[in-house]
Formats: sequence, structure tokens, C-alpha cells
Amino acid sequence: MISSIIFILLISAGSTWFIFNAKKVRRNILLGKDVDRKDNSAMRLKIMTLVALGQKKMFARPMPALLHLFLYAAFVITQIELIEIFIDGAFASHRIFRPFLGSFYTILISFIEILSVLAFIGTIAFLARRNLLKVPRLVKNELNGWPKIDANTILFAEIILICCIFMMNGADEVLYSKGKSHALNLNDASFGFSISSLLGPILFGGFSENSLHIIERIGWWGHIIMVFSFLNYLPYSKHFHVLLAFPNVYFSNLNPAGKFTNLESVSNEVKAMFDPSFIPAPASTELPTRFGAKEVTDLSWKQLLDAYSCTECGRCTDSCPANITGKLLSPRKIMMDTRDRLEEVGKNIDTNGTFKDDGKSLLGNYITHEELWACTSCNACVDACPINIDPLSIITDMRRFIVMEESAAPTELNGMFTNIENNGAPWQFSQSDRLNWSTE
Amino acid sequence: MEALKVYTMADYTAKGETPEILFWVGCAGSFDDRAKKITKAIVKILNHANVKFAVLGTEESCTGDPAKRAGNEFLFQMQVMGNVSILNGYNVKKIVTGCPHCFNTLKNEYPSLGGNYEVIHHTQLMQELLNSGRIKIEGGAFKGKKITFHDPCYLGRGNDVYEAPREVMINLDADLAEMKRSKAKGLCCGAGGSQMFKEAEKGNKEINIERTEEALALNPDIIAVGCPFCNTMMTDGVKHFNKEETVKVLDVAELIAHANKL
Repeated sequence: MISSIIFILLISAGSTWFIFNAKKVRRNILLGKDVDRKDNSAMRLKIMTLVALGQKKMFARPMPALLHLFLYAAFVITQIELIEIFIDGAFASHRIFRPFLGSFYTILISFIEILSVLAFIGTIAFLARRNLLKVPRLVKNELNGWPKIDANTILFAEIILICCIFMMNGADEVLYSKGKSHALNLNDASFGFSISSLLGPILFGGFSENSLHIIERIGWWGHIIMVFSFLNYLPYSKHFHVLLAFPNVYFSNLNPAGKFTNLESVSNEVKAMFDPSFIPAPASTELPTRFGAKEVTDLSWKQLLDAYSCTECGRCTDSCPANITGKLLSPRKIMMDTRDRLEEVGKNIDTNGTFKDDGKSLLGNYITHEELWACTSCNACVDACPINIDPLSIITDMRRFIVMEESAAPTELNGMFTNIENNGAPWQFSQSDRLNWSTE
Repeated sequence: MEALKVYTMADYTAKGETPEILFWVGCAGSFDDRAKKITKAIVKILNHANVKFAVLGTEESCTGDPAKRAGNEFLFQMQVMGNVSILNGYNVKKIVTGCPHCFNTLKNEYPSLGGNYEVIHHTQLMQELLNSGRIKIEGGAFKGKKITFHDPCYLGRGNDVYEAPREVMINLDADLAEMKRSKAKGLCCGAGGSQMFKEAEKGNKEINIERTEEALALNPDIIAVGCPFCNTMMTDGVKHFNKEETVKVLDVAELIAHANKL
């Protein structure tokens, strides 16, 4: 009875706190400008199935893809066991599904256990890749400090979670074989779970019945506490990607990667210049919008969703020609900076009710001109991202601000602009010489 | 050598005729000495295949692509307005470009600003001409030569065109070798995003050196390209390694023109 109350309180508090924080993230994302990504739902579902659910783009690098698949599959399938844990927790029952599901229950838990072992191997391998093998993309400068701690925290939490599963199942196996488990006795010798029927007796065979019950309970409570800690850690962590990857891929850019947006605000001005009969929309009372992006609020909600979905794997940076050749630009850092600044803006709103100018902005305080001008707009980062994040669109929008609002383009580019304006080519050649090649 | 037959849209209009296709030459193709050779190779192929094509000549102006990639959306859209009024004035339906940057922006970014055309890259046109039998690739000028193709970003990743240049080159009977980073994983030459028109930011290597090094590791006879800017970058890279005597950087159009002794 008491345990049920504690359990229900835990679940309620854990869920409420998560929803509270998730709503803040949603609010932050919706600070972005509107962009239509709700068209063509059939195509979007297909891409989500292939890229998010099917992890298609991960397999460009087979080894980490396989390890990631272990964790991903275990994460998804374990949710089934969680349903039983919820019912058992609320009604003080024990393995309530077993009498109903019979041998299917054994198969199900056995499957979960095998995936858990694979996930354990994956987690150890990931820890090794980060901390021992020091895979280049996982030890770059932008990961120093919190991002590195964040990544390792998640992996350690994963290990604890898996240990809890095997404490719970292993001790229960031993208890059941002694006829002492709280699970309903179905007149069989053991649960027959694939891993814990072997591992249980080895680890816990010599323990007293009392100790076994304690170990089983530590595993059970540890498991559910870890699940809810994990859930509530997500909004503070890069690991939010486990939830946001799906909507983020659904709202992917469906246009060819080479197609950049045409700024409508600019079109109106240009049309007004070219066509005297063009009547611009009546001036609104709102402040005129900026050309391009200086601040996170100048970006679209999709670009902000991208930032929250990024798990900092660094495939973008690893494929970036500028980064490969030692330039300051790192597409991953562009995403991390966007999220960090957005979080800062969000906290500012929490504190002040509305955003109060803090004298900072994404451009300048987080992302520098030097980073932005190193980009070749080659789309390698966009192609490399397993969940279709688009760092290039942010880089482009910030270049637009630099050029059109600050007039701070590099000198050579200003020369190029002048040439296009005056003679219709980026170099100083006369338009009247355009056909000379045909007679040379 | 036959003289090039090049007519402008104005010429056709004066005659009351309509060409099959407009050849958008582009700024590099019009003014850069190296790229002009590519332009001529494309024209030779078009002449050889009896394609009735036109150029805009002195009515052509920059598409605005370099301005757009640099963030100057105003200048880009001003260029679009000017170009669209000329293209629409001539009732242009189909365009072939000699440059993936012109190709990308005309194809993708012009429609919502009033310019709707079928736009193809010159490697796609060559593929069409080969498939329809309007050109054949004769002779074995490149038989047994090792050729590696460097994917232009705005043709490959930008527009998912990977096969057209390769399918055209298959006809050369050459040994087509792929770099480790090719197709969707291809490494940029370093010229895109308006980098062509500015010094690179501070780093420890030039991007074109990194890319040329990768190509040269295959010991190719020819590095094939499909973009005048990639051509410049890779040619400079080859010179950097003092390999210009043994390794040529050639556009796919030049390979085809040469194979046909055009």
C-alpha cells in the first residue's frame, strides 16, 4: 500500500516536472519565425520512417550505426516492460503480465534482456570511443566542459539502468526457483529468461532469501527511478534527441539541398523598385523585421527545433571542408550555440515575463563572423546529419544579416557585389564583352 | 577546325525562329580564359549534334548566385528580376548551363520569382544526346586512361545529380576511379559559397589542396570536373603538387569534345 502511494507520487511528480520543462522547450522553439513544413504529409511520413525510425543515414558509418542500433532498439523495446512496471507499481502486483502471456512473456523478457546486453556492449564501446579511443569528432574543442560531461553522464546512466534490469530479473529468477518469488507460481522451475536465468544463479546464487528480495527491489525501484530521472534530464541535455529526432525528421526540408530560401521581405522591396505599379502590403504597426538573422528569434521554429534535436555527434563537423582544413567553423558548434543562446533567451523570459535586452545576441556573443565566412555552402553537413538538421540555413541567414544589415561583408566580397551591380559579372569585365569568346 | 556556330536569342528572334534550348554560358564561361575553353567544348558538342541552341550573348548577366551565397539577397533578387524579364521576353522554355551554380539557382531559386524553365546541366544534356543517339563517342583517345570525377557540390549534393557525368564518361572506355569521398560524400573544392571571390579564412590547409591530394592519391591521368570553379581550384591544386605535366584537369565536356576530335 505504502509502496503504491510512493510509486504513484514518483510517477506523478516525474511526469509533471517533465511536462513543465518540455512546455518551456516548446515555448522556446515557437519563438522562431513561422515556416510551412506541414505540406506533403505522405512524403514526410515516409522520410520519418526511413531516416528516424529506420536510421537510414546512420549506416553511412556502419560501426557506430550498429552500436547505436543496440541502444535504440533496447530503448524502444524496453518501453513494453515499462507498462508492466507501471501496473505492478500502482497495484502492488508482481509480474502481472506473466500469467496472462505465458510463454510469450518469457520470450518478450528474454528479447529485452538480449537487447539489454547488446545495449550494455554498445554503451561500453561508446564510452571507450569518447574517452579512450578519442575518436576525433567526439573530442573536438566545442565539446569541452558541459557537453562532454553530458555525454558521459548519459552513458553511465545507461549502464546503471541495465544493471538494475539484471538485478531485478536475476534475483527474481533465483527466488522463483526457490519458490520464494512474489510472482504467481505457475508450477514451473524457473522464469526461463534468456540471460538472467543463467546470470542470476551465478551472481546471486549464494544469497539469503531476504537479501535476494532486497536486491530484486533495488533493481526494480532503481530501474523506474532511472527511467524518470532520465526523462527529466532530457530537457537539459543533448539527449533530448531521443524524442525530438522523430518530429525533426518529419519536418525536414523537402526541397533540393541546393535551393536556398528567397527572402520575401526582400522580394517586396525589389518589386517596388522594378515595378512602379507594385503596391506593397500596408505598413503594419509592428517593428520592421530584420533581413537575415542576428538573434535566435530571427530564425525559424524549424531551425530552433534542429538545435534542440542535435545530439552533438559531430558527423557534420567531421565532413565540413572548412573544419577539415583547420578553419574555425564547426557546423555542430553552430547548432550548439543556437540552443545555448535560445536557452538563455528562454530563461530571460522566465525571469522577466518578456524578453529583456541583455546586450547579447547569437551573432557576436556566440557565433563569430570568422566562422560564418569560412563556409563553402557545400551541404556536406546537411547530408551528414542522421536526423536532417540544416546548419547551412542558419549560416546563410546570419550572412544575410551581416551583409544586408551590418554591411560588414569581407572587402573582397563587397568588390564582387559592386562588379555584379555595375557590369553583371563578379569580375570587372564589361557586359558588352560577354560574347567575345565565340570569336576568339 | 570548323568555326563555332553561335547565335543569340536576338538572332533567332530576328529570323522568326525558336531554338530548342538556351545555353546559359555564365560569367566564368564568358570571361575566365580557362572556362572559355569549356564553353567552346560545349558549343562544339552542340554543333556536332546539330542542336539548335541560342545564347543570350551581351544580354546575359550574372544569375546572382555568388551574391546570394554571400548573403546579399537584394542584389540576387535584382539580378533575378533583370534576367527573368529577358528570359521571359524571349519565351525561353529550356536552359542548359555550363556551371552547376547557374544550374542550381536557375532551376531552384528562379521559379518563385517568376522564372519557370526546365534547367539542365551540360552533363545531363550530353547524357540526353548520347541516349537519343544524336552524338556518339568515337575513337579511343582516353582508352585505358585513369579518370577520377570530382563531384561539384551544387550538382551532386545540391541537386542529386551523380550519374549523368559518370554515365557520359563510361563511353570513353577509360578506367573510372572513385575517390574515397565521392558522390554524396564528395569533398568541396573550396570555391563554393562565394569563397571563389575572397581569401579563405585562417586554417592549416587550403581546401583545394586537401581535395587535390585525395584525387592524386589515385594516380589519375585526368581529374574530370563539371564546374568552372572546381576546374580552377583543382588546376591550382595540381600545380601546387607540380603535377601539371602528368595530370590534366578537364571538364567532362572537354573530354567528350576531344574524344570526338571536335
